[in-house]
Amino acid sequence: MIAELGHYALVLALSVALVQATVPMIGAWRGIPGWIGSARPAAIVQCLLVIVAFGALTYGYVTSDFSLLNVASNSHSAKPLLYKISGVWGNHEGSLLLWLLILVLFSGAVAVFGGNLPAPFRARVLAVQAMIAVGFTSFVLFTSNPFERLLPAPMDGRGLNPLLQDPGLAFHPPFLYLGYVGFSMAFSFAVAALIEGRVDAAWARWVRPWTLAAWCFLTLGIGLGSWWAYYELGWGGWWFWDPVENASFMPWLAGTALLHSAIVVEKRDSLKNWTVLLAILTFSLSLLGTFLVRSGVLTSVHAFATDPARGVFILAFLVAVIAGSLTLYAVRAPAMKGGGLFAPVSREGGLVFNNLLLSTACATVLLGTLYPLFLDAVTGEKITVGPPYFNMTFGPLMVPVFIAMAVGPMLPWKRGDLLGALQRLKFTVLATLVAMFLTLALAFDGPWLAIPGIALGVWMIAASLEEGASRIRLFRGPIAESLRRLSRSSRSAWGTTFAHAGAGMVIIGIVASSAWQVEKLQVMRQGESQAVGAYQFRFEGAVPLDGPNYAAVRGTFHVSRDGKAVAVLQPESRRYENPPMETTEAAIRTGWGGDLYAVVGDPTGDGAWSTRFYTKPMIHWIWIGAFVMVFGGALSLTDRRFRIGAPARARNAARRAGIAVSTASK
Amino acid sequence: MGEPGLGQQPRSTWLRLLPLAVALVIGGFLFVGLGLRPKEIPSVMLGKAVPAFDLPALPGRPKGLKTADLNGQVSLVNVFASWCVSCRAEHPLFMKLKGQGIVPVHGLNYKDEGPAAMDWLRRYGDPYDRVGADLNGRVGIDWGVYGVPETFLINAEGRIVCKHIGPVMESDLKEKLLPAIAALRNGGTAKC
Repeated sequence: MIAELGHYALVLALSVALVQATVPMIGAWRGIPGWIGSARPAAIVQCLLVIVAFGALTYGYVTSDFSLLNVASNSHSAKPLLYKISGVWGNHEGSLLLWLLILVLFSGAVAVFGGNLPAPFRARVLAVQAMIAVGFTSFVLFTSNPFERLLPAPMDGRGLNPLLQDPGLAFHPPFLYLGYVGFSMAFSFAVAALIEGRVDAAWARWVRPWTLAAWCFLTLGIGLGSWWAYYELGWGGWWFWDPVENASFMPWLAGTALLHSAIVVEKRDSLKNWTVLLAILTFSLSLLGTFLVRSGVLTSVHAFATDPARGVFILAFLVAVIAGSLTLYAVRAPAMKGGGLFAPVSREGGLVFNNLLLSTACATVLLGTLYPLFLDAVTGEKITVGPPYFNMTFGPLMVPVFIAMAVGPMLPWKRGDLLGALQRLKFTVLATLVAMFLTLALAFDGPWLAIPGIALGVWMIAASLEEGASRIRLFRGPIAESLRRLSRSSRSAWGTTFAHAGAGMVIIGIVASSAWQVEKLQVMRQGESQAVGAYQFRFEGAVPLDGPNYAAVRGTFHVSRDGKAVAVLQPESRRYENPPMETTEAAIRTGWGGDLYAVVGDPTGDGAWSTRFYTKPMIHWIWIGAFVMVFGGALSLTDRRFRIGAPARARNAARRAGIAVSTASK
Repeated sequence: MGEPGLGQQPRSTWLRLLPLAVALVIGGFLFVGLGLRPKEIPSVMLGKAVPAFDLPALPGRPKGLKTADLNGQVSLVNVFASWCVSCRAEHPLFMKLKGQGIVPVHGLNYKDEGPAAMDWLRRYGDPYDRVGADLNGRVGIDWGVYGVPETFLINAEGRIVCKHIGPVMESDLKEKLLPAIAALRNGGTAKC
């Protein structure tokens, strides 16, 4: 009964979406206030209906209602409650419903909080959002209905893919989707602006917080996903350039470029065409990502639920959305006149540089991801494009981005002076040189690429800090003056500081963990020891163990360094019953210096076990850095110019005080 | 997809249409891609005669495996090793095949050690008719083996008809291998 209510709510949501996609659009075109006004309630109603539908499916999972085909295929009564809930989106139908839920939540948020948008513009934005919702709701209803019944109901379900039964993964898809779908806001704003034929600083200011929020979620989602791959897949790696990873990384790259180009539109009224195009492309790449994951067009370790028949539907939708918006772009883009001019060396110039390289990097990833498909389609040859391609192309493209990242925020708008900016980065240059010599001295026998790599990370972090310090004139005047400046400075500038420093931390983590990791694979008997770098791993034996829905073998390793005990590692090798599958649970001990990583594999049959150890110096910097980046993004979101009504209030207050305030110079 | 309108409006209509064109080309490829099966790696060995080889038996077990053994009747050759985890997953299925006597299953013991392989067969059961011990994996290379387990279907003329990569599951057997075996037995051809 509950499930039927959910199904019915979804059908209603489709009808509401159809209305919301058309009526406000016509209303805005013809200038009919009542029709324009219909967008807001429609978005809220549609949002509530999808919440009901999602709630109904969740209810089916929590109560283990196996008369629902979807629940029976993907859940099991012996599963812990957390994974019953995460099971809702751990399958094709449910994950699409989650996608849809997030889409309408964003629309609902615009309807409720978008009071500062002009009503016709808001109506158009919501209509575009509704068009996307129409596509996805019909996709769910007509090809992937999660509310299908299975009669008679089986006694128990088939279970969730054990790889997905993990807290890291349980919450990684929602964040990823919040990111993917969040970019739909940038898309809808761009399409609405193209229809209106107007892009200005105000538009950029509206679109930026949504893009920033989506970017934060996507960063978090990618971070969680790679962390999961690191400890659950048991290969010691955290990024594999797998098609599905790339599918989430491409929108991230495009979205990062969009964030930066939107600043130029907001502050300088320039780069409008490009920004609108990027907004369209970013969401297009998100849709492409959804398509790649869901259709099984590419082979991937992630291909959990694939069905080519559904692929045709989603591809048709994809082409309609992307081709439609790009056609609109081709027709309307000339109407938008560019604004302020700028010299190549300037803040704008730096941001253009960032955009060119980020979008080229994104195109390389796209090419590498789709190349096996192109080749297969044309010649029938099967290949995979692996990490060497991406390391050779993507890496070199990003290095200049990272170098410029330090200098960019130091350059003034319009016209800058490179030498002057470098002079203001004295401390940074010094810190980078010191880092180079220290790396050389401490890790003399390591790979030489580690030296410029570490230096690059230090360069980015130091420059962010130095730029932040110079903003509040730290150490250059009385501390009270610095504190006063700190309380007045804009949070979005501090957001930049944190995000850039976080990126530097990620670089250091990547470089250090890959340059100086030690890996040992061997067969061990109880009582044997193995040296791994400076550490000794002693195997204390392996014992069988029963979990709630799996049987496991747990190995115990005592790790010591110079005779002193450091850690006890207990990795597991699990065998799940429903569905039958083996997973590894790596044991990881995180210390200040880095991670100790142990995996216990299969018994060789004569009392010995295959084991694998790694030491990975500073690898946690990757995820801490990602988190710092997200923190920077979130901090920037709290900037007063994004707060609802805040800019208007500030303007009014200033006007009362008789001071002319130019929003563009804030 | 790059430069149009950095700073100013696009220089030409063509540049403005470029993103659309790229998107449509990619869309076309994706459509073609839906009909492709990226996971099925075609084996160059398909339709070819079994390579010439002569492998000794495992220590303590009669009957090795050589090219001539695969002539005369339809058979399966299963590449296995005692160190291979997925081999254990498909093992019960081969035991069942042996019990029902549907088709002879030969083993190609790939990069293994004789005693370890024998231990493994004693512990989990021995479903094989003949087993060739390919200790250094040399014969496996001739067969085009790239991972364990793999299973080859051989027709009565000793040609490789079909290659299954990864563990054989109940559904693979029912939907792929058994129909192909039946077709071959009836003098027909089979593709899988």
